[in-house]
Amino acid sequence: MIISDQELSQNVVPATATRRKSWRDSVGVLSLKTPAISALFIWSIIPLLMTIWFSFRRYNLMAPDRTGFDGLGNYRYLLTDPSLALAIWNTVLLVGSVLAITIGLGTLLAVLFDQEFFGRGIARLLVLAPFFIMPTVSALVWKNMLMNPDNGFLAFTMRSVGLKPINWFGVAPLTAVIIIVAWQWLPFAVLTLLTAVQSLDGERKEAARMDGAGPIAMFRYIIWPHLGRAIAATTMIESIFFLAIFAEIYVTTSGGPGFASTNLSFLIYRYALMEYDVGGASVAGLVAIVLANILALFLMRSFARNLDA
Amino acid sequence: MISSKLRQKWAVTLLAWSVALLLAFPVFWIVLTGFKTETEAISRVPHFFFHPTLENYQAVGERANYFHFAWNSIVVSLGSTFLALLLAIPCSYAMAFFPTKRTKDTLLWMLSTKMMPSVGVLVPIYLIFRDTGLLDTKTGLLAIDAMLNLPIIIWMLYTFFKEVPREVLEAARMDGAGPLRELYDLLLPLSMPGIASTSLLAIILAWNEAFWSLTLTAAKAAPLTAFIASFSSPEGLFYAKLSAASTMAIAPILLLGWASQKQLVRGLTFGAVK
Amino acid sequence: MATVQLKQVRKSYDGFEVIKGVDLTIRDQELTVFVGPSGCGKSTLLRLIAGLEEITSGDLLIDHQRANDVAPAKRGLAIVFQSYALYPHMNVADNMSFSLKLAGIPKPERDKKVMEAARILNLETFLDRKPKALSGGQRQRVAIGRAIVRDPKVFLFDEPLSNLDAALRVRMRLELTKLHRQLRATMIYVTHDQVEAMTMADRIVVLQAGIIEQVGSPMDLYRYPRNIFVAGFIGSPKMNFMEASIAQVLQGGSVVVALANGATLSVPAVDGMAGAGDKVTVGIRPEHISLASSDGISAQVQTVEHLGSESYLHLNIASGELLTVRINGETTVVPDQQVQLKMEPRSLHLFNKEGSTMRSLPTSTA
Repeated sequence: MIISDQELSQNVVPATATRRKSWRDSVGVLSLKTPAISALFIWSIIPLLMTIWFSFRRYNLMAPDRTGFDGLGNYRYLLTDPSLALAIWNTVLLVGSVLAITIGLGTLLAVLFDQEFFGRGIARLLVLAPFFIMPTVSALVWKNMLMNPDNGFLAFTMRSVGLKPINWFGVAPLTAVIIIVAWQWLPFAVLTLLTAVQSLDGERKEAARMDGAGPIAMFRYIIWPHLGRAIAATTMIESIFFLAIFAEIYVTTSGGPGFASTNLSFLIYRYALMEYDVGGASVAGLVAIVLANILALFLMRSFARNLDA
Repeated sequence: MISSKLRQKWAVTLLAWSVALLLAFPVFWIVLTGFKTETEAISRVPHFFFHPTLENYQAVGERANYFHFAWNSIVVSLGSTFLALLLAIPCSYAMAFFPTKRTKDTLLWMLSTKMMPSVGVLVPIYLIFRDTGLLDTKTGLLAIDAMLNLPIIIWMLYTFFKEVPREVLEAARMDGAGPLRELYDLLLPLSMPGIASTSLLAIILAWNEAFWSLTLTAAKAAPLTAFIASFSSPEGLFYAKLSAASTMAIAPILLLGWASQKQLVRGLTFGAVK
Repeated sequence: MATVQLKQVRKSYDGFEVIKGVDLTIRDQELTVFVGPSGCGKSTLLRLIAGLEEITSGDLLIDHQRANDVAPAKRGLAIVFQSYALYPHMNVADNMSFSLKLAGIPKPERDKKVMEAARILNLETFLDRKPKALSGGQRQRVAIGRAIVRDPKVFLFDEPLSNLDAALRVRMRLELTKLHRQLRATMIYVTHDQVEAMTMADRIVVLQAGIIEQVGSPMDLYRYPRNIFVAGFIGSPKMNFMEASIAQVLQGGSVVVALANGATLSVPAVDGMAGAGDKVTVGIRPEHISLASSDGISAQVQTVEHLGSESYLHLNIASGELLTVRINGETTVVPDQQVQLKMEPRSLHLFNKEGSTMRSLPTSTA
């Protein structure tokens, strides 16, 4: 049976246009998000505010009664402390060198491990191993069993080829730390870049080969441009972690000799839990935060782009 | 033609395996040293062939109270992962399937919290913990680790949830499933592999976390990272025992890590590299 | 008994309007097909009806009840998605009974309904399988089964056949038509394929850029397209269009038009709408042009496509315009040959400058 449109439109409740999302829906969705968001908010905001507050106060845990507003006292004290400049310099050196080593070597190794060879799966697992070793273990083992100038494995190797063993932590403590951290993080760079290399469309490589691209041209024109994004991501993630390097220094050099291997993290630790100077530690903490934020600025921009993709 | 290809393959094999063995050598060395006597371990000429002994493992187990610290590590890493998942799953679900204009900003903000260096807030956290009695407790460390990993977990789950076809959930909605049904009957079973690898990564990160473990815990709640660090004091330095303890501390995580290597990249790069 | 009615329905995303005021009535037990090029809004319209998208303004009435704010599952509709959207972790039986389970229907009744749907769709032997273990056509049937068990007022299909290969598509098309007859249900079917629309629909709704261009039965749309868009969209190969101008308005409503190459044609048109000198477009379908031995419009053959049962000639007429002609499969015409074309005046369509038809339409095609 067929009814006309006019008939259909009768006995209909007149209704007005609606835009409003149903109230229950929005509340439901909101209640799913709120716990995580508020937890993160509290975690990120309250300590930060406290750090800022403490940075203006005279506050030493050893003399808890002698607190009070100190204006820019802590800032004046810390910013003129030569150890701060040294710590910042060490931090930059540490982050920069480890980045250069891991990204540079990582790219080469990624291309190497992308090739077909016998036992590739197992070899890849071996390369990956250092990344999962807890930092305190790596640091201790490198310091005592590998880099020890007397009975370390490196010393033995150097002696056997007729060289004089290096007293790593005496002569070049920061270099030693750089080597340890680079060893820990090289696998991550390799793995990330390898993943990126493998995500390269096989047909594109074949097309390039048909166009006459040799191995070098292939790397230069096909693989390298494709890696750009992965390299950027790796650089940024690593920077976050490298800025906060602590355990490796804590276990090996305790920042010494003197301040030779003290980075910002360790400097703050020194102020806070070795000298109990809350105010000073807070100012140094703010310096670290500012430094991280400069980096973060670049980071976020790049990740925002990824979100769109 | 074939033989030159094969020769090249052998050359690559040789090179790649040399690199792999070189990089893995320290790990291999730790494991090996754990089975030596202390005298062999500190010898100036390294012993590759020796009579393996289990005495270090016994010593670490009995005298150093290894299992107390291992238990702390297990509780903290599993507990923090569980807590973080509990917060993250509903949140990622809401953001993946009911996006608003601010969802993207929220995600970026979460990422940015990860960029705040821990040391920057060491002082207030230490003081808060001291005043609330959380210093040197598993609960306290567990909560910190959960917060440290929360952004990573939310991001990973978000990217995994995004891969579930929208139409499947819409079909469920047409079939009469409410949001919670959608989450438990569909989304969770469908993205189980993703959730599993996310958890693995979180466990690994919490297990190896060193900064807060070293600064906030002592004898009572210290996990294995801090326990191992205590070997650095001169009087505690026994290479063979250090190696045995280290081997026990890294073995489970090494296995988990190998199992989750694919998702690791994705998780740590916040989905930028897949 | 189920009707769906849309009144001035609009949808916009962030201020960008994709459905621009649709008025439409979908009648009981009819299979209505929404057809249009990609991006025309046909899927959005379906999703608005389903409740998967929110209507920005206007009213949606299902069985005379306003349904704008009714939850998707409560509207009494079932949808079959293009990707099937089966639940990959459930077997076929569970896929089909999921909605019944959520509705709290007891197991015996659920099983009965699933068995019945499985029987209709020939799925009885697959009930224990997971979707992974099914072929494309079987998955499609499960998706339909999932809709059937709910006994919905209206079935919605969102391009359900476009993931299937050509042969299977033809078969499923027939099965769906049969199913429609068997269930006597109201169905709304979205497709970009005018062949599906023509073969399956009781009524076709042609959409373009968020606007309904024409609604009518397949043959009405074929015979009386309201404008150039519908004329070009419905029918394959496409209708030919030629630029022309009106040379003379005759008594009784016919006009004589002059083509760009000088040839003249007489076309029945509506009185009063045309004046001499007006620019118009003449349209004629490839199947309505025939080859004449002499005295027609002369054209040069460019290419010949043999399909076996029929052949398509692609021709140049003197104005430079390209025409397609459908003739029998045994033709001996070869490229570069000169031919004469004959066009039946009754089969000619005439469109004005705005693209609207100048012929009178039967009243049934609103």
